[in-house]
Amino acid sequence: MTEVTPWSEVFELARPATVETIYMVLVSTLIGVLGGLPLGVWLHLTSPAGLSPMPVLHRIISAVVDVVRSVPFVVLLVVVASLSRLLVGSAIGSTATIVPLAIAAIPFFARLAANALREVDSTAVEAAVTTGAGKPRIVWTVLLSEARSALVSAVGVTMLALIGYAAMAGAIGGGGLGSMAIQNGYYAYDDRVLYTAVVLLGVLAWGMQLLTDWVTKLVDRRRSLANV
Amino acid sequence: MITVENLSKSFTQNNTRVTALDDVSLEVPDGTVCGVVGTSGAGKSTLARCISLLEKPDSGAIRVDGTDLAALDGSRLRAARRQIGVVPQGDSLLRQRTAAGNVALPLESAKVPAAQRRSRVAELLDLVGLSDKASVYPDHLSGGQRQRVAVARALAAKPSVLLADEPTSALDPSTTDSVLTVLDRARSELGVTVLVVTHDMAVVRRIADDVAVLEEGSVVEHGKVLDLVSEPGSRIGSTLLPETDQAELVRSPGGEHDVTAEVVLVGFAAVGALLPEASNRFGVELSILGGGLTRLGDTPVAKFRIGLSGERSESALKWMIERDAHVRRAPVSVDGVAA
Repeated sequence: MTEVTPWSEVFELARPATVETIYMVLVSTLIGVLGGLPLGVWLHLTSPAGLSPMPVLHRIISAVVDVVRSVPFVVLLVVVASLSRLLVGSAIGSTATIVPLAIAAIPFFARLAANALREVDSTAVEAAVTTGAGKPRIVWTVLLSEARSALVSAVGVTMLALIGYAAMAGAIGGGGLGSMAIQNGYYAYDDRVLYTAVVLLGVLAWGMQLLTDWVTKLVDRRRSLANV
Repeated sequence: MITVENLSKSFTQNNTRVTALDDVSLEVPDGTVCGVVGTSGAGKSTLARCISLLEKPDSGAIRVDGTDLAALDGSRLRAARRQIGVVPQGDSLLRQRTAAGNVALPLESAKVPAAQRRSRVAELLDLVGLSDKASVYPDHLSGGQRQRVAVARALAAKPSVLLADEPTSALDPSTTDSVLTVLDRARSELGVTVLVVTHDMAVVRRIADDVAVLEEGSVVEHGKVLDLVSEPGSRIGSTLLPETDQAELVRSPGGEHDVTAEVVLVGFAAVGALLPEASNRFGVELSILGGGLTRLGDTPVAKFRIGLSGERSESALKWMIERDAHVRRAPVSVDGVAA
């Protein structure tokens, strides 16, 4: 194994691996946001200072969210392998990996979203209450709207965490750049493949960070000047 | 017209029961401005939150045109909220919406069609003098401008009552004036009944017709500002009117004068002419020992300590009382010299 893999073969390996990683991260982020945002809103509304306090239920769901969030991802991967098999017919490959990724992403994003909503000025919320606005309207026009840039950056943080998780899944046959680094690089003693995968993961993470920073600024109207 | 009837509210704080409001009753007639004043901890915020319908009182009623709003729940409560426009304490604007967007908020809740909404928002921004700031975001407005946007928002759904909770607490005196002008205009141009909860006596001095003083959760004074100022021992009177020099009284209790007295004069005619006329008519020598002139709303009000010398001093005083001057004799001195 002293022969160095030619660059052309490294690229052959890297191209589908990058696409797979992006696919896993985007789909699981999407599921994480779709599931985590309502959960985060619910956590905020039912908190003691929220609009519909439900102390007992809040504490229970809150604990579940935090427990799932603190399970190490490697453990979660193994634990939900059978669930993946049930849902997508396989426990290996990138589509199967989306199952544990999404399960990790939902409580992760829910907690970040709840924190973002907590930062919305309670005076503004009360002002909306006094106008006779109902709860759905307050959630939409006050909470989500005011917290929009914090929520977008929470999506960014979630995506970055999922890039890490997706790479970790590569160790047990999850596909993507993680698999490339570990199976084709590390286990094959091929440093060129290994470090190419590592650099690509880094670039991917950095790019997603730049993208979310840009969107965060774009949606934040607070500092924008009047269009007079 | 808004009436608050026997409102009581207490909280449990650190395992002790704190009574924030104890049997508070208020009545604010249509189209008047009523100031609710008191020191911090007197229950002002709790009262404001109860009237905003954000807090449910333990007992008592809050009636707007007869209906008890404090007893409502759910969708009827939400509908009732449109009858009371609220300017909450502190910064309450949505920072992700323009000034116009903020004013439109109550209209969106009330499902007013977009075209109508736009014209109503334009009207309101005009009323508060911020037409040129319609598309500006709150972070680029000054504190006073933000507060005026909050007033416009509170007025959007055409409430019959406007409640402002400490609307001037974070503002400097010149900005305070612009906010008070807007509140006064809401009353005069829209006929809204305005309730201002404040610790700032400038609010009472500038725009209040009526005033209520809260102390430890109870109303200790309530009435028309101009009536209260002339009542002896009134807290409002002693805060709003100029001080008459108390030391002077002790030094010369009657001294060179046959009679000394405190007079409160309300209105242009009284302030301008009553004292010199009394002096002329009864041939008494009248000197002003202390006090001064102030203005409550548009009405000049004076409080003087006067000394009268001359045979007909008593008659002069009596004549002033007949002409609605509020006269209080100086108390008898320690030496027992008869007044």
